[in-house]
Amino acid sequence: MRGLVELYTQQFKTTTAMMFQYRASLFIWMIGQVLEPLVYLVIWTIVSNGSGGSVGSYTTKEFAAYFIVLMLVNQVTYTWIMYDFEYRIREGTLSFALLKPVHPIHSDIADNLSSKLITLPIMIIIAVGLAVAFHASISPPLWAIGVFIPALLLAFLVRFLMEWTLAQAAFWTTRVSALNQTYFMMMLFLSGQMVPLVLLPYPVQIVATILPFRWMISFPVEILLGQHTPVEALEGLGIQVAWLIVGTILLRFVWRAGVRAYSAVGA
Amino acid sequence: MNYLRLFVVFFRVSLMGELAYRVNFFVQLFQSFLSLGLSLIGLAVIFSFTNTLGGWRPDEVLALVGVYFLVGGMISLIIQPGMQELIDSVRHGTLDFALTKPEDAQFIISISRVEIWSLIDILMGIGVLVFALVRMGERVGGWEAAIFILMLLAGGVIIYSFWLILAALSFWFVRVENILTVFQSMFEAGRWPISLYPGWLRYGLTFVIPVAFAVTVPAEALTGRLNWETLLIAVALAVVLFIGSRLFWRAGLRHYSGASA
Repeated sequence: MRGLVELYTQQFKTTTAMMFQYRASLFIWMIGQVLEPLVYLVIWTIVSNGSGGSVGSYTTKEFAAYFIVLMLVNQVTYTWIMYDFEYRIREGTLSFALLKPVHPIHSDIADNLSSKLITLPIMIIIAVGLAVAFHASISPPLWAIGVFIPALLLAFLVRFLMEWTLAQAAFWTTRVSALNQTYFMMMLFLSGQMVPLVLLPYPVQIVATILPFRWMISFPVEILLGQHTPVEALEGLGIQVAWLIVGTILLRFVWRAGVRAYSAVGA
Repeated sequence: MNYLRLFVVFFRVSLMGELAYRVNFFVQLFQSFLSLGLSLIGLAVIFSFTNTLGGWRPDEVLALVGVYFLVGGMISLIIQPGMQELIDSVRHGTLDFALTKPEDAQFIISISRVEIWSLIDILMGIGVLVFALVRMGERVGGWEAAIFILMLLAGGVIIYSFWLILAALSFWFVRVENILTVFQSMFEAGRWPISLYPGWLRYGLTFVIPVAFAVTVPAEALTGRLNWETLLIAVALAVVLFIGSRLFWRAGLRHYSGASA
């Protein structure tokens, strides 16, 4: 345990320095991270204004709050591991990570978090600016803010484990782009990034609740918007924990099989 | 004429190269269908709550999606690969090979790489466009069609010149890929009519990164929303940017020293 703490501190130091070197790339990532929710925010604002100020259970102001909070949750939970892993395996740089005595996922988590520490302040400023421009209104009960924090943390962990596991498809195929795209499309639709899930037809909502996507992005947003009763919120946290366990088991299983299949092509 | 012949030759070489990797065809087909499917689902959800989106009827937005795929396909078919080639060859110093050829180097570089599977996106875009036009019926006449083609050409020239300027920046700065990534994420916003966006974003997408001229303006021409002013600006901008990018390219070449060749 102490070893892990030391590892994370050291990794934080090196990657934070590195991320400052790549600040241009970080900024460019951010444009996409802001633009996508902004586009859907604009579309739904127009739809809502055109139909008398609300669509289903959402008012125009709630749409604004929804997509702005979603933008922040997405920023906190996103990973780029699915692009990265393919490169590591193709170029054989994974071999170096395998030589280290700790699981490579730890350095990835540290990298991911330190990049976010740098970008999050800017994202929050952007979010506040958008909230003013679009008159977002949000009034969560106090307990909801308390539940939001663990829900966000669990969302991050579930998404990280899932994407880290999926990224290992690169051990078996060099054509991961099709898999990645399928994943991102399902994510876009079923995690509520295009449209709040409650506005979808009922059967689609059930599918979204069964699959993990909702629990990686939409759920913390719903909590902060005060759309759940305390019991529903606790149930949601329970489902997130369940996905965390499933994700951990999957990861162990796939990682073992993957490393066995790995032959360091190109190294 | 000679240019056309050269283009056909390069195209054939790319085609023969790619035919060795036939699985890529199915991968691209799958990805294109997925992307189109998601667009259509998005439209279906939105138009289940409303009849018009900022004055655009469902069929008209569908036509816009068709134009988006058509233009996006053209960009990834030839413009983007050619400009990537320019950036790579400046960095590696292999631009020398293009410069020593007897034809114009800008032309050679621009057509040197072709991603032929992007033809799928183009065909799909045309398919969606035709479907939308049939549903729109007699509202689209020969005049609109002619203006549409003109605007599509102008948009293509604008995008090409814009990319050439960005890629030619690599004569001075070695790392410019990041700027190209910005273009990709901004282009995504062109799936929807630019007129919906708030002012600053609309100007950004029109004049900073000319997505509007590539997608929205042709779609406006087709749906009879285009005013003469925009039409003239589009044509003028295409001419100015084309000449400007040519001058920029020449200035860049003078700066080029084939560093690592």
